[in-house]
Amino acid sequence: MMDFWILLTGSLAAVSCAVLGCFLILRRMALIGDAISHSVLPGIVIAYMFSGSRDSILMLIAAAFMGLLCVFLIQWFNQRGIQSDASIGVIFTSLFAIGVVLISLNARQVDLDLDCVLYGEIAYAAWNTLEIGGVGIGPRSVWLLGGALTLILAVIGLFYKQFKLCAFDPLLAAALGIPAALFHYLLMGLVSVTTVSSFESVGAILVVGLLVIPPSTAYLLTDRLGRMIAISAACGVLSTFLGFLLAVWLDASIAGCIVAAAAALFAAAFVLSPKHGLMAGRLRRRRRSLEGAA
Amino acid sequence: MTGLWASIEALASDPNLRWIALGCMLLGLSSGMIGCFAYLRRQSLMGDTIAHTALPGICVAFLLTGVKSLPVFMLGAVVAGIAGTLAIRLITSRSRIKADAAMGIVLSSFFGIGIVLLTMIQHSGDGSQSGLDKFLFGQAASMVGSDVRLMAGVCLLLAAVCTLLFKEFKLLSFDPAFAKGAGFPTGLLDFMMQALVVVAVVAGIQAVGVVLVAALLITPAVSARFWTERLGRMILLSGLFGAVSGLLGAWISSQVSQLPTGPVSVLAAAAIFLLSVAFGSRKGLVVVALTRRGMRRSLEPAASASKAKEAG
Repeated sequence: MMDFWILLTGSLAAVSCAVLGCFLILRRMALIGDAISHSVLPGIVIAYMFSGSRDSILMLIAAAFMGLLCVFLIQWFNQRGIQSDASIGVIFTSLFAIGVVLISLNARQVDLDLDCVLYGEIAYAAWNTLEIGGVGIGPRSVWLLGGALTLILAVIGLFYKQFKLCAFDPLLAAALGIPAALFHYLLMGLVSVTTVSSFESVGAILVVGLLVIPPSTAYLLTDRLGRMIAISAACGVLSTFLGFLLAVWLDASIAGCIVAAAAALFAAAFVLSPKHGLMAGRLRRRRRSLEGAA
Repeated sequence: MTGLWASIEALASDPNLRWIALGCMLLGLSSGMIGCFAYLRRQSLMGDTIAHTALPGICVAFLLTGVKSLPVFMLGAVVAGIAGTLAIRLITSRSRIKADAAMGIVLSSFFGIGIVLLTMIQHSGDGSQSGLDKFLFGQAASMVGSDVRLMAGVCLLLAAVCTLLFKEFKLLSFDPAFAKGAGFPTGLLDFMMQALVVVAVVAGIQAVGVVLVAALLITPAVSARFWTERLGRMILLSGLFGAVSGLLGAWISSQVSQLPTGPVSVLAAAAIFLLSVAFGSRKGLVVVALTRRGMRRSLEPAASASKAKEAG
């Protein structure tokens, strides 16, 4: 049963990240996802210091707020003449450092250790069950991640056309009167929420692996956005299962193994993809040179 | 206040602390200098990626040798860092994945593999492994004399190479096409610059940790940019800001128990950054606001005069 809950938690986190990651990749904002995942840390710690528990809605709100603040600051400094990647680097390292210092200074009050911050505690997440009226209804993280996934699917489903247009042609979107800035911040808000809800299970740094790797794998396999999202989600789930098996076999961090499995899937797609892969490119070139010779 | 003075005196008199503070200063100096070139070449986040890729290198070095020695770790980290940069190049040149996603992929996969290896080492129950997780956030206080001397030596070397190749790197940063046309070996210089970033990051790992060491490359350089328009001065200033951040990080973390060095150094650098954004003499907010006001003042009489003329 424990295994089932771990796999379900991991799959929910992977699917949430995989769906949002597609839009990040297409808008060339993969590293903004990285920045958000780091900068929610101070939000989580501060909320934890105030409320004293991990269960609070306050924590979700504070972390989502920090994520949006991070995006806002990156843009603000960018407009003041700092290159966007340098601006990303300065902001997220500073915010993450604030989080780590707060944890170290309040080590006694704050029951969040740094290992958990980095690679999560998916194995323990299953123990922390939610009860309603004295009846256990499954681990809290499953409900949290399930809620986050429902929210993501609802928002993306409702505004699919708008998100799609903003991803491929922001100028056209703006010309058609779609509030691009609003959708930008909506996407960033969703990324923050996902990061926070996956944080406990997979940790700050490995979230970015789930945000970037499965969508990139899918990007190599298809040219259609709808399929890309589906393949990306499937890759996320597959990585979760493979990673879990690997973790049991090696007796190592589950979250680390999930990301390693996702990386292996990416490597396979990179070499073998029928359209955009290394082998396909080589075959195409050879065929062309043969045709040229003939 | 007396406690503060006592701790400063301790810093000056305790030979161990003095070495550590010196090492962190040199580290900040050299990474600040190299960071300027990385900034100008729009590769700021490369340092972050390289730092994360170093983790599996350190773990493999430990698994292969079974000893905890800094030179071995640094070698493993350098190899992994170079493998990481090559992987990014391979992904961007041989597929349609863009540079930002490639960096994200390499960063998280290497780090994920590193975490797997780290937990495997920890679970294997080997008693000598206990210090390995110090590499995540850095703990300057846990360094021994020989580590610090090695780090200081590497940092001095980096600063020296940066100074000697200043002209070449400057040309490469601002006008790579011209550099090529003028007959400079741009491929070699490019590789050397990349290698310097790798070495700077690796040298900083034990003091600042893999997660945040990149900030020492980026933040001082960006801060220096607010004070000057000249590369030479920018490098000097950036090195100075880096050295001050390193010193503050080493000092404050030696005073408070359980406080890792890396985050404190990064926060010191961030404070300098905020001061520079506000008061920088070139693009600082105060200067910009004052210039704007001065311009408006100088334009006002002319504007009102022309208005008067129109009215008349």
